[in-house]
Amino acid sequence: MAQTELWIDRTKCDGSRLCAELFPERITLDDWGYPIIAPGPIPGSLMPHAQKAVDSCPVLALALRRVERRPPPSPPGAKAS
Amino acid sequence: MTVLSLFAGPPSSAGPESFRDHVKRLGPRPRGNGALIDTLDRSGLVGRGGASFSVGVKWRSVESRSRGAAVVIANGAEGEPLSRKDRTLMSLRPHLVIDGALLASDAVGANRTLLYVGEAHGAAAAAMARALAERPPADRARTTLLGAPPSYVAGEETAAVNFVNSGVAVPQATPPRPFERGVDGRPTLVQNVESLAHAALIARYGDAWFQSLGRHHAAGTILLTVSGAVAKPGVIEVASGCSVDEVLALAGGVSGKARAVLLGGYFGGWISADQAGSMVLDPRGLRAAGGSLGCGVVSVLDETADPLDVSARILQHLANESAAQCGPCFFGLRSLSAATTRIAARHADHGDLPQLHRWTAMVKGRGACRHPDGAVAFLESALKVFEPEFATAAGARGRRAS
Repeated sequence: MAQTELWIDRTKCDGSRLCAELFPERITLDDWGYPIIAPGPIPGSLMPHAQKAVDSCPVLALALRRVERRPPPSPPGAKAS
Repeated sequence: MTVLSLFAGPPSSAGPESFRDHVKRLGPRPRGNGALIDTLDRSGLVGRGGASFSVGVKWRSVESRSRGAAVVIANGAEGEPLSRKDRTLMSLRPHLVIDGALLASDAVGANRTLLYVGEAHGAAAAAMARALAERPPADRARTTLLGAPPSYVAGEETAAVNFVNSGVAVPQATPPRPFERGVDGRPTLVQNVESLAHAALIARYGDAWFQSLGRHHAAGTILLTVSGAVAKPGVIEVASGCSVDEVLALAGGVSGKARAVLLGGYFGGWISADQAGSMVLDPRGLRAAGGSLGCGVVSVLDETADPLDVSARILQHLANESAAQCGPCFFGLRSLSAATTRIAARHADHGDLPQLHRWTAMVKGRGACRHPDGAVAFLESALKVFEPEFATAAGARGRRAS
């Protein structure tokens, strides 16, 4: 079953903090002002806030992604293996 | 104890093995196809760049998407400061690496093969260039040698792909991972050179042969870089499944008395000397147990060294090697490094030690690549193994004259 989750491109995020203001239910800030996103799917009731947070990001680092509940196993993202 | 597989053949003093000698000794390169991927699966070979992920599964993930247009990157960047095994392998057995890269290329359905060799590793790069020039025109036409920049993250697989695509060796956000979209948007296999060299031998002798090289339930041989307080530091090949004690004996024994062993390099972790000796070096087994052989670094810290100072310097290196793309990595590792350095210098601020524990949890999993995770795992091992030292040092308020 497909669900919607927040996804962030950390290489783009420059810590504008807007997302945490607009979606405090799921996004908090770390000690350096970068978002900490609570894991898990976004329930329908929170989607308006999630969408606002995504739309507000000045560098388009935040996105909503449809994910399957059980992703197939795939190679890890680690240093050259 | 020593089992020669990759380093069978002429002694290291003979230098790089020529193509003629390589073919004479091992025969021509076998076929790279789906059956080879099955063989690799059964062999138990796991990647030797650090992640210890199944090579067969990785190849199949690219093969199933390739449509004959995949790309293979043989990863010889070796940016880990304590590791020498990849450059040594490329210097002595360049044709095993090239065979492995071409076999991978055939098996996954690639039409481009890139040999990504650390530009700072002069002898290895020269041996690989010479070896490629010795190859038949058909091999040369599909293979390109390119220099990897000398940074820690250049060998991370998305960084390698990004370097080919854009000339900048910094990691990229995932997904997509390289096996989905890599070089020029094509499915790309990024595989460590040692893994490829093993594959070249497994293609010739089979999975049962590879299994038989290991001890107990471990498969194959492993290349290790042994350094620190040992009589004979260097790169050795051992049977997978042997113990750290056996490795240290091969390296001439510990000089002095060991306090701890750093296993797996800067992305690995400290293990106290009394626990390290009996540890079994099996990449698959260690990964299953939540540990890691990483890239095969075994470094011995003797009792006269200051473990906090050594740990602080390693963490500082990792902080400096952040690609500075992701905030939590760049700022987080800088904060962690500064606090660790203050503690190691015995002029910690009040709260530095609890802050380290808090920040390690905060930074974990929050980079595009695993650079912050690796750095944090290293620090966590230091905090655990050197807990008494950290506690004493964090409480020491004697300030140095400034």
